[in-house]
Amino acid sequence: MTGPGEGAPLAEAAPEAAPAPRAGRRGAGPRSIASRLMENRWAGLAGLAVALLAPFVNATPYALSVMTSAAIFVMLAAGLNIVVGYCGLLDLGYIAFFAVGAYTSGVLSTRLGLPLIATLPAVLVVTVIAGLVIGAPTLRLRSDYLAIVTLGFGEIIRVTATNLDVTGGPSGIYGIPGLTGGPVSFYYLTVLVVAVAVVGAARLGRSRLGRAWRFVREDEDAAEAMGVHTYKVKMAAYVAGAIWGGLAGVLFGAHLSAVSPGSFTFLQSALVLMAVVLGGMGSIRGVVVGAVVVSLLPELLRDLADYRYVAFGVLLIIVMLVRPQGLWPARPGEVPK
Amino acid sequence: MNAPLLSVEGLRLAFGGVLAIDGLTFAVGEAEIVSVIGPNGAGKTSAFNCVTGFYRPTAGSVRLRGRDITGLRPSAVAALGVARTFQNLRLFGEMSVLDNVRAGTHLRIRQNVLDALLHTPRYRRSEQESTEQAHHWLDFAGLRGDRYGPARALPYGEQRRVEIARALARRPDLLLLDEPAAGLNHTEKAEMLDLIRRIREQGVAIVLIEHDMGLVMDVSQRVVVLNFGREIADGPPDEVRRDPEVVEAYLGRDADEAEIEQARASVAGGRDGGA
Repeated sequence: MTGPGEGAPLAEAAPEAAPAPRAGRRGAGPRSIASRLMENRWAGLAGLAVALLAPFVNATPYALSVMTSAAIFVMLAAGLNIVVGYCGLLDLGYIAFFAVGAYTSGVLSTRLGLPLIATLPAVLVVTVIAGLVIGAPTLRLRSDYLAIVTLGFGEIIRVTATNLDVTGGPSGIYGIPGLTGGPVSFYYLTVLVVAVAVVGAARLGRSRLGRAWRFVREDEDAAEAMGVHTYKVKMAAYVAGAIWGGLAGVLFGAHLSAVSPGSFTFLQSALVLMAVVLGGMGSIRGVVVGAVVVSLLPELLRDLADYRYVAFGVLLIIVMLVRPQGLWPARPGEVPK
Repeated sequence: MNAPLLSVEGLRLAFGGVLAIDGLTFAVGEAEIVSVIGPNGAGKTSAFNCVTGFYRPTAGSVRLRGRDITGLRPSAVAALGVARTFQNLRLFGEMSVLDNVRAGTHLRIRQNVLDALLHTPRYRRSEQESTEQAHHWLDFAGLRGDRYGPARALPYGEQRRVEIARALARRPDLLLLDEPAAGLNHTEKAEMLDLIRRIREQGVAIVLIEHDMGLVMDVSQRVVVLNFGREIADGPPDEVRRDPEVVEAYLGRDADEAEIEQARASVAGGRDGGA
């Protein structure tokens, strides 16, 4: 079974191909870049084709649901990749932004009777604020400290949602309206949104801001010396990650029509991080593949019943031993030869 | 009288009870090369860090063309036209050589998030401009190695060139070089000397920390000598070289010319193997 998430690699194709015309100036390297571009283009289109055709192969409600979840998971991974992969900020509570998005749209749509789409402006505002509030104190910290504090914030959001009345307490919110008429159309909408999100993340990664993120990741002092205001740049990564996570949360609420604190545990944060590391930190192609693998593998292993998470764990360990750099690692340069 | 490009006055830096710099005063004029020398631990790199905003000095001031820049964050100092290299190479190791140098163009290129998301003409133009400038400064620095591979894959001497190209891409008025010739062999040192001269011809003033006395005496208009955080001399190379206090700082009491030469030779010889 090839999941919808794979639709996302298409994201790459377009922006990856775009800089090609100006590539030749300094001469092509010994390895033909044309073939690599083709590879990228085809990888992206193939991914999209697989995602779009999958329902024609298997459109049972179960398969559609799994594929939709996988696509949403790809969006989460693309968002976390901005924070961890591009900017090198280890965020162990990323799922908090997913929760903020899901709860904001869920609460507004069920309490005020708004259609889900009308909650989007509020979701954007609230997730950006959440990003700023969590980021402002934590981004002054470095590495390990940052990881621990973000872990704490992730738990704070979950515990808060569990204890507030407006969020429905431990049982959460029910009856969130859908975005489309049925599961098939919702699946296609999700693939579209996720594809745009992945293209967007990839394009940000290849911009002035995206380079600044990677300068910060590689050497914060050297980045400062080059005039990069590292604090602002880290904040931008955090807020971008928050927006991606929050919008994925809206899709999540619409998909399940219910949200509860149980969906936003530390394990979820760890799984998203695993997708990023498994695929290849900072590599959008890799991260998409990683997210598809992490979200679909447990489903594919369902025959193993209770042992499936053991098998899942063993497989992940094997992959990380064989390919520590990730399934599809990032290239060093963004300017093609 | 016009304010000098850089003027450092009464700079003091204390870490707890330890005085790393105790009253450093010097000035650098436009397109001038000033060397800061002194034994290890004399406070040279600390002085660099105070000028570039990485350390906040305990007392004293740093002025750029008369404007007080003491205590500004490094990126703000960089924005005012100061670039630096680091004693232990600080390249963006996993990124391509070209992208490393493009870091220097960060403040010069104009594009916003929407340009990047929509790939507007302005995005394409600014990216191309940034890449062209990076190529230009890599050419200028004489890089021979692969520009598209990760910076960490280059030989040491080439990495030094990349770091200087990155600083030059910032188009600074003032460039601070922290031991640019350390670890280079004879040929590479000669090329570095040439590069430093060519940088100055571009109208860039240079402050140089360097242990290779031959290079320092050759290239500098003035030499500032530090010892245990104190400034013990400031003057033209020939004068400083004969200053008894400087000789003592480097070699202890009773040193004579022959010993100085010998020490120089051994320092130079020891370095050559490292490259």
